[in-house]
Amino acid sequence: MELLMILLIGIIFSVSTYLILTNSLLRVIFGIIMLSHGAHLLLLTLSGFNEGAPPLLGEESSVYMDPLPQALILTAIVISFGVTAFLLVLGYRTYRAHETDKLDKLRGHADE
Amino acid sequence: MSLLHLLVLSPFILALFIPFLYKWFRNVHTGWFILPLPVILFAYLIQFVSTGPGLGFEPIMETVPWVPSLGINFTIYLDGLSLLFALLITGIGALVVLYSIFYIANKKDEPLNNFYVYLLMFMGAMLGVVLSDNLIVIYVFWELTSLASSLLIAYWFHKEKSRYGAQKSMLITVTGGFAMLAGFSLLYVITGTFSLQGIIEQSQVVIESPLLVPTVLLVLLGAFTKSAQFPFHIWLPDAMEAPTPVSAYLHSATMVKAGIYLVARFTPVFGGTSIWFWMVSLVGLITLTWGSISAIRQKDLKGILAFSTISQLGLIMSLLGLGSAALYYDVADEGAVFTVATMAAVFHLINHATFKGGLFMAVGIIDHETGTRDIRKLGGLMSLMPITFTISLIGLASMAGLPPFNGFLSKEMFFTGVLDATALEIFNMQTFGIIFPIFAWIASIFTFLYCLIMLFKTFFGKYQPEKLEKEAHEAPIGMLISPIILISMVVIIGLFPNIVSYTLIEPVMNSILPGFEFEVNLYHWHGLNTELFMTLGVIVFGSLIYMNLGRWQETYFFLRERDPLNQVYDRGLDGLITGAQGVTNVQMTGLLRDYFAYMIVFMVGSLTVTMYWFDAFTFAVDPNSLASIPPYAAIIIALTAAVSLSLPFINHRVSSIIVLGVVGFLLALLFVVFRAPDLALTQLLVETVMVVLLLLCFYFLPELKKEDFKPRFRWLNLVISISVGLIVSLIGISSLALSNTAQFDSISDYFIENTYELTGGKNMVNMILDDFRALDTILEVLVLGIAALGVVALIKLRFKGGEDV
Repeated sequence: MELLMILLIGIIFSVSTYLILTNSLLRVIFGIIMLSHGAHLLLLTLSGFNEGAPPLLGEESSVYMDPLPQALILTAIVISFGVTAFLLVLGYRTYRAHETDKLDKLRGHADE
Repeated sequence: MSLLHLLVLSPFILALFIPFLYKWFRNVHTGWFILPLPVILFAYLIQFVSTGPGLGFEPIMETVPWVPSLGINFTIYLDGLSLLFALLITGIGALVVLYSIFYIANKKDEPLNNFYVYLLMFMGAMLGVVLSDNLIVIYVFWELTSLASSLLIAYWFHKEKSRYGAQKSMLITVTGGFAMLAGFSLLYVITGTFSLQGIIEQSQVVIESPLLVPTVLLVLLGAFTKSAQFPFHIWLPDAMEAPTPVSAYLHSATMVKAGIYLVARFTPVFGGTSIWFWMVSLVGLITLTWGSISAIRQKDLKGILAFSTISQLGLIMSLLGLGSAALYYDVADEGAVFTVATMAAVFHLINHATFKGGLFMAVGIIDHETGTRDIRKLGGLMSLMPITFTISLIGLASMAGLPPFNGFLSKEMFFTGVLDATALEIFNMQTFGIIFPIFAWIASIFTFLYCLIMLFKTFFGKYQPEKLEKEAHEAPIGMLISPIILISMVVIIGLFPNIVSYTLIEPVMNSILPGFEFEVNLYHWHGLNTELFMTLGVIVFGSLIYMNLGRWQETYFFLRERDPLNQVYDRGLDGLITGAQGVTNVQMTGLLRDYFAYMIVFMVGSLTVTMYWFDAFTFAVDPNSLASIPPYAAIIIALTAAVSLSLPFINHRVSSIIVLGVVGFLLALLFVVFRAPDLALTQLLVETVMVVLLLLCFYFLPELKKEDFKPRFRWLNLVISISVGLIVSLIGISSLALSNTAQFDSISDYFIENTYELTGGKNMVNMILDDFRALDTILEVLVLGIAALGVVALIKLRFKGGEDV
């Protein structure tokens, strides 16, 4: 299971990198969203998938899933949500100001 | 904090008040406020001058801790050598300040406050160089003198040539300074101390160290660039764009002698080694000859003086090199014979400061009163400017080495020094020693020659008022005081040389060559010896060449004034700028994709190298530790992979948003599979909001187009992306394998055990976020708040007309 997940994570990272390197601002934002997905999964995978109960004490189990990475990922999901929302609006604003979302046209002036 | 510390710092302190004094007392020339300081400092220092043979004072050492943990202390060390330099700095400083008051008029557009702040900065820094014992402190002050020199050269910064000269001197001297710092660091590595006296005590350790050669070369690079030694001398002629008081002070009497000081200071450390002997004496000899030959083709009076300074500095340097051979022998043994070269160096140092300072001031007067320094326009000034003429005549006679002036005495000693050097039986001197007297003699002929040129072209010949900007007349008395004092020193030392022998020279000799017995006794008549015949030869040949000079005036040699080495510097600078621009153009493309690509490639590269370096790639995952794959999980994973892979190929915006949403929801499902209920809930919530937000936003955004980068980019992007995926997977597998082999105690156990007791909650993830790490969570809310504010601002803020946002 872990190895399969790592394969999936590798794919997600590749896809996100490819998207980040494209010319369209929207695809770059997609890439960043995918990148955070990949990071979350990597963190979870590396904490191991032992046969434990969910990290709820009421479950009456002797083994639990590791709660700490889950807490970290929860934080990360929320933060990446904030960042993505901001990036989206930034992209929108850039498009309104410059009438293009092509990065090769958003290169600033030659004297900068 | 002793008085001596205050002495070094006082110019800096006074400099702080100069802008205010300049503003408040606008009608008073700012120089009058400066003048008392060097006079007081000189008067204070004069008390240390010894009054008789062997009566020199004991060296004084005072320490103020600066960074004691690194061995860096502001330690003042005052001995004969530092005293001589400190006296030169303050004494000539006082005269130069007096001179400058009359030279630079207090006009409206003349930034006198700048001038005097820089000058004081230089004075303090230079005192710091010669009075400090700690190498790092010396380095700091050393660079400060370079900075002050550069600022003073560029004082009339509206002139193109001033800026060029300032940049050149800065680049060359600071490069040398860096090399010197490296040399100092090597010395610290060898000896474990930054204290000069501490290093001198361990000179045997330094000499036997395998790092000796690089250390010597690096330290000498600093000294040679500062003292304008060949081939770094090219900055000095261009530094003549500075106001003449600055040229007289920094570029002939003090700053350019900092390199001499450094070499003299390090002679007890490195003296007696072959590399030191040859480097110092040979570079000095080349500089001496090159400078004197270059001087005769200059058309600018200050240009002649600049090359003459280069040549005289080479002379002193070369003598210091020859004198260092004495340290090869045992103290008080036969080596004492060779100390005469060092003595000549010290004596000439004093003499050079007097006659060259006077000459610079005389040239400044000529420039000031006629409006030009070009010898082709000048002539016949003898009767118009009798006092300036007298000053120049004595100064030039001394520089040419004629009796009864002090220049004659040091030139005779110089000849003695080079002749004695041929008797050395070490360092291959038996074969090569003969070059020293030959080159010294040739250089002296040219020295005599350029002195003749300066004298006759300026003061004799025909007066050509039509070529001059002003009507030539004698300078005001205030301007004449300083050169008159300096030139009287030339005469006094020339007639009564022994007034400096015990007072100044002997203590300096004790610093440079500690432990040697020598007799400092200076007199004119040595009998009919080789030296005298050499001087006579110089006069005869020099005059002969001068008489035939007209014939060669139009030759290639005379028409090209600029030193050919300047081309090397100019081309190098051009190449540097072009190269830097090329590098910038390659990396600063203005394309976001390129910046991302650089960052990603660098990260992948450094991760790979690091992992490989520490042999951390491992694939030995224990199959038993892996969890089994339930069929439904396999389906979800395959689905996620397929959907993700399809994302780059979709060219329709709503479809791509939906696909992105699908990935998010599949992720939530995966969280469920991995028994992380909170994550699944959050992910579902966030993803829903995100899709709505995306759809809202994208309503305004353009349709996605097919990717339109160049094909080369696409393949490269593909390679970069796959390598990122690969390295992440490899690191993932390696860390899985690591967690199998290395049994760490998980810190999570603490939370599992204590959550209920400490917080009263049963959901561990929630309790970690809300209780154990509550502060983090509050800050997280803050981040979200800021992001929300940003979103609102970006949407609500109206575009102003023509705004380029």
